[in-house]
Amino acid sequence: MKEQNKKFKLTIPQSLKLLPFGEAGWGLFSLSWKNIWRNKTRSLIIIFAIVFGIIGGVGIIAFMNGLIFQRLEMAIGNEVSNIQIHNSHFQSNKELNDTIFNITRLTSVLDTSKKIKAYSIRLKSVTMINSANSGEGIMLNGIDPEKEKKVTRIYKYIKAGNYFQDKRKNGIVISEKLAQKLKIRMRSKVVVTMQSSSGNITNAAFKVIGIYLTSNSTFDGHNAYVRKSDLAAVVGFGSQAAHEIAISVYDDKETEMLVSSLKSTFKNDKIIIESWSDIMPELGLLNGVMDYMLYIFMSIIFLALSFGIINTMLMAVMDRVREIGMLMAVGMNKTKIFLMIMLETILLMLTGSFVGLVLSFAMVNFFKKYGIDLSKFASGMSGFGFSSTVYPFLETASYLKIIIMVILAGIISSIFPARKALMLNPSEAIRKL
Amino acid sequence: MNIIETKGLTKVYHENGNEVIAIDDINLSFEQGEFTAVVGPSGSGKTTFLNMVGGIDSPTSGEIRIDSINISKLKSSKLIDFRMRNIGFVFQSYNLIPVLTARENVEFIMFLQRRSAEERSKRSNELLNAVGLGDRMDSRPAKLSGGQQQRVAVARALASRPKFILADEPTANLDSKAAEKLLDIMEKLNHDENITFIFSTHDPRVVKKARRVITLVDGKVASDEKK
Repeated sequence: MKEQNKKFKLTIPQSLKLLPFGEAGWGLFSLSWKNIWRNKTRSLIIIFAIVFGIIGGVGIIAFMNGLIFQRLEMAIGNEVSNIQIHNSHFQSNKELNDTIFNITRLTSVLDTSKKIKAYSIRLKSVTMINSANSGEGIMLNGIDPEKEKKVTRIYKYIKAGNYFQDKRKNGIVISEKLAQKLKIRMRSKVVVTMQSSSGNITNAAFKVIGIYLTSNSTFDGHNAYVRKSDLAAVVGFGSQAAHEIAISVYDDKETEMLVSSLKSTFKNDKIIIESWSDIMPELGLLNGVMDYMLYIFMSIIFLALSFGIINTMLMAVMDRVREIGMLMAVGMNKTKIFLMIMLETILLMLTGSFVGLVLSFAMVNFFKKYGIDLSKFASGMSGFGFSSTVYPFLETASYLKIIIMVILAGIISSIFPARKALMLNPSEAIRKL
Repeated sequence: MNIIETKGLTKVYHENGNEVIAIDDINLSFEQGEFTAVVGPSGSGKTTFLNMVGGIDSPTSGEIRIDSINISKLKSSKLIDFRMRNIGFVFQSYNLIPVLTARENVEFIMFLQRRSAEERSKRSNELLNAVGLGDRMDSRPAKLSGGQQQRVAVARALASRPKFILADEPTANLDSKAAEKLLDIMEKLNHDENITFIFSTHDPRVVKKARRVITLVDGKVASDEKK
């Protein structure tokens, strides 16, 4: 038999021996640790399996976290904001005359809220936009650019031109996708056709002053921006008319509470107040599901690994039948034998998990900084609103949850091999060849 | 005074529908300080007898009393504890824990007994020196010869200060020189410290040194001679 590699010797610091385990407990711990390294090849195979399992699991979850978090950030930051307020009929039909009443009262309440960072009042019109080459149905958003900048980040995604720094009237900011569809570019003229407040069809010419590109091609293809005053003039509304108030808050965790509070304040008004998860429930679902994905993924990985671990530990027990018989004979009770096998299993899993988590942590933090470039799949991903560069991340608490899951998996995996050990008859076991 | 008494000790195995009487109505007693060999042909019941006296096998009928305690009536957990505190074992295949050093193997029983580190260290030093392995305390079994490993096993058996030691074919895997050395050590311990040794053996050297020889044939006591 080869002598055990000394680098695997575990020395228990004196201070730790004061813990409730007692000396006998630490003796068992030390024995279990040494037993793992009896067959280095076998133990290392399992450890590597655990390492790769954890790297895979953590990698997938961190990637999905990054993907979904970025999608949420984009959705809240560019598209729906944290909260939106509409006339109670507007969202279903997008009728021009379904404007928000009592806008002054609304804004006076919003101004006093310490939870609200900023808000933007918008006019919206379902519009046909036409160039010399093509036409497209879009939502034309009439905004106050300076207020809009505090609520959305479209101004950061300008690829050509500017975001309403050009003070001339009837400037329009469109997406790159829309520009491609209409086969137009900067300074091109477009004609927008829509229903006016009197119910007639009206149109107006706008000049492209800015082209933007976000990671959500679906959103880009359907949204263009003009000054609110310009749109109001086209449709025949006064300066106070509004279809939508988009609200940005300091802490998204307070969104639902704020929505409840606003609903309570304006319960008699004919308005609808919605959070982003009300407007885009699929995102809310994705966000909620992510909490469980960690448990689901890691449980599947540990379940698969458990079969290998149970097999390994069974082999370890069968290899030591005589020794276990001797231990029973000299007075090691069943509890201690069970604990010894269980500790061996847990230590094996913890060793693999520790290495796996350290490597995962390094990997996740590396890609968190530099991003994973998926530009090959950019067009497909942007169709769903996902960025083609993903920055994975995993909260520290998740690593701790994984360690707890490892210990639980170790305890469960140890039951069958430990029971096998306990069923040995000492007098027969001692005489095994 | 008898430290071990067996009355009507019987063990019957049932194999493939057949009854095998391994031990048949054995009535024996052992005093403190005995150096006894239990001999007999293969299948005579020597090991079965030793296993029952050691409490690692239970009799079909009869009783075994150690220090007046009927161990055949003890519950499993109490029996394990009783064995740990009162009985030492030396096995044919040494059965040392390979990942522990000689010292740690000897200390392990005392770990189970929750003795202090100081007491464990002192006792293991004392015992390993007594068996002539004072310079090999930190060697693992793989680095020791068969004879040395068996001597560690003897030291381990003595660690818990047992009432007696049961040795099942302790010299079977040793060469003659190692066997002689081991027997000399055991004899010295028996003489100097009045430790009781009961051997199950085929080895004539053990029989020669024993002061009492019990012969078993077909599970019965054929003879019981004191020298």
